[in-house]
Amino acid sequence: MRVRDVMRILDATLLTGEDKLDQEIEAACGCDLISDLLAFTKARMLVLTGLVTPQIIRAAEMMDLLGIVFVRGKKPTPDILAMAAEAGIPVLCTSYPLYESAGLLFEAGLRGRCAWPQAGGDPHDACGGTRDAP
Amino acid sequence: MLLECPVTGEDFQAAGEAAARLKRTLRQLGIDAATARRAAIVAYEAEMNIVIHAFRGVLSVDISPERIEILADDEGPGIPDIALAMQEGYSTAPEYIREMGFGAGLGLPNMRRYSDEFHIESTVGRGTSVRMVINVPSKGSLA
Repeated sequence: MRVRDVMRILDATLLTGEDKLDQEIEAACGCDLISDLLAFTKARMLVLTGLVTPQIIRAAEMMDLLGIVFVRGKKPTPDILAMAAEAGIPVLCTSYPLYESAGLLFEAGLRGRCAWPQAGGDPHDACGGTRDAP
Repeated sequence: MLLECPVTGEDFQAAGEAAARLKRTLRQLGIDAATARRAAIVAYEAEMNIVIHAFRGVLSVDISPERIEILADDEGPGIPDIALAMQEGYSTAPEYIREMGFGAGLGLPNMRRYSDEFHIESTVGRGTSVRMVINVPSKGSLA
């Protein structure tokens, strides 16, 4: 699924990243806490969140995320958007809540990665593992 | 190559800059994306722990072609019960920190999860030191 498909399905507005609309997304997760997001690292991921802070952009940058969708109609401030633009991460805004947004994308074929990584488990085998494509 | 970044407690404006700098450096050095991402994530978690819990600290990173060694040393309150702090979901972050999206209780577990080596030492009233190593896969072993 491409970023532009996510935009259409969620009836979302693109706030930055027009040149990234054709990026292919392979997975998504929804969370409002930074470390919950950082517990997943997979390539070609999108995050759905209601957390509108500069730190969500910073975390997304650390994880090479391919997009951020702010749910519940939340709009980032210009400085947050500028950070996302500099990091090259497209930002969408939808009025759907988190649960509905996730449901709509899941129904359209975009899956999460798997079960939550087990504490103390082998990080190479768990969902938060490292054997993903660069 | 050695990178050293001072980190200031409570400075949420600059928080994450040290980890971002590390990530850029690793990519410039030609480290593969997945390894750079793991290093950036553990460095980010370590940096945020200093910002959230300590007065000040230093994030030092030693990069060689085989491994990335990250040392997060802080002056702060220390951790009375490390085993408890390592438990997923346990957090002592105050309410105003949680409102910024922190305090999931996954900082230390994430650092351990993504590191090939993980050591933590803490003295109450003095500070905490976390050492993490991430092995760099040899070029031939990358799929």
